[in-house]
Amino acid sequence: MSYDLAVVGAGPAGLTAARVAAKRGLRVALIDGYARTGGQFLRGAAQPRLTGVEVKLGQRVWAVEKSPGGFQVHASATTTAATLLIATGAHDTVLPFPGWDLPGVLTAGGAQALVKGERIRPGAEMVVAGTGPFLLPVAVTLLEAGVRVKEVLEANRPSPLMAAALARNPSKAAEALAYVRRLAAARVPYRTGHAVVAAHGKDSVEGVTVARLTPEWRPYAWRTVDCDTVAVGYGFTPQVDLALQLGCELSGDHVVADDRQRTSVEGVLAAGEVTGVAGAPSAVVEGALAVHSLVGEPPPRLLAEKARLRRFARALERSYPVRDGWRDWLTPDTVVCRCEEVTLRAIDEARDLGAHDPRTLKLLARPGMGWCQGRMCGHAVARLTGHEPAPQKRPFAQPITLADLTLHDREDNA
Amino acid sequence: MIEFRFEGRAISAEEGQSIGAALHAAGIRSWRTTRFGGRPRGLFCAIGACFDCLLTVNGVPDQRACQTVARAGDEVGP
Repeated sequence: MSYDLAVVGAGPAGLTAARVAAKRGLRVALIDGYARTGGQFLRGAAQPRLTGVEVKLGQRVWAVEKSPGGFQVHASATTTAATLLIATGAHDTVLPFPGWDLPGVLTAGGAQALVKGERIRPGAEMVVAGTGPFLLPVAVTLLEAGVRVKEVLEANRPSPLMAAALARNPSKAAEALAYVRRLAAARVPYRTGHAVVAAHGKDSVEGVTVARLTPEWRPYAWRTVDCDTVAVGYGFTPQVDLALQLGCELSGDHVVADDRQRTSVEGVLAAGEVTGVAGAPSAVVEGALAVHSLVGEPPPRLLAEKARLRRFARALERSYPVRDGWRDWLTPDTVVCRCEEVTLRAIDEARDLGAHDPRTLKLLARPGMGWCQGRMCGHAVARLTGHEPAPQKRPFAQPITLADLTLHDREDNA
Repeated sequence: MIEFRFEGRAISAEEGQSIGAALHAAGIRSWRTTRFGGRPRGLFCAIGACFDCLLTVNGVPDQRACQTVARAGDEVGP
């Protein structure tokens, strides 16, 4: 059957959109690659009731394409719909450092997912490091799971811009204060202008080197901290693969969407982190607005709420950038691309041979050529060639088997 | 709780838990080595993006441990 709306991604944006659309009488399919709804933010939350929504879980969408009368969404089965909502979220942005490929180094989002979604304790003694306000809830989640959090390290310094944004958003300020109090009560130091610049261990993390950073993130004054696990996160990268396949206009790392979540391609909507990282409350509002672009008029209250949350997100983005000094954390032997095991030395050699942009570098030295398709090293590799990180076009958003592809063809031709 | 086997060893998992989380919680932090450097690999992003945690489940290779829900009786290996 063909749906009025296919929603890809069952996080806060997709769940909200699917629920609102069903309530408005639309035939809606909600598709997600994981076995449960919730996405990264609501992992582990009770599975919501989605009356009137066709929920398709465990369906990893590897391609979307325009078809007569709408779109085809290809996973292990194909879903056809008149309108497509892309709500595929984001993953952590990570930076390489010596030892970052040792087991026991986790992304911040991953550490949180292991507690909230998987109900395990990711480590006994942990250091949380990176940049951005997300480090705070991660550290608190870990504390509550019984982890001994030794330090939380924020690479950036407190910014006047952030202070002003918090002053305008009392609920956000209260939330931040609650996290800081919780950390203080557990005597966990929160240090700005610090980072984990190396991880040590034989087969797994046994400790890290912590450095003080100049405002540009150049390290000085090093010391070691014993721990068995590290959580690192330097912001988030929107997962825009499906939007790119359809030719939606991008701005920097995210999909351009108007006030009703319409992209530049007719019939394609986008909501939540794919349209720029702004957090779950913003994703919920945008999920609802996306449905309003199909039926009725967007309520002014929602439009105002979205504008307010987006302004706050912009202030955050400007307050917690990745600064260039991280390159000084690397040694020639540091692995930059984890999949293809490409070291900084190999990247420098390729640059000496004339690879001055990420694509040429990839062809010459192979960073970004492996399984993750540059999702983990893309940011660093772009910066190392002096370019702004930009989304890469991936004709297959997920790996699929030849058998799936064959079955898929049969289904199409049936 | 359910039980699966990793290289012959019995591992317990909660209902709905991923193989990767169950292994990590059991103190097994690495389940494959890299092709060139022979470096250990286990969970890293834990949300299906990095592909570090690949393993073989019931004979099917290259499954993401963090995205594969453990089932009773699964045979898991590198």
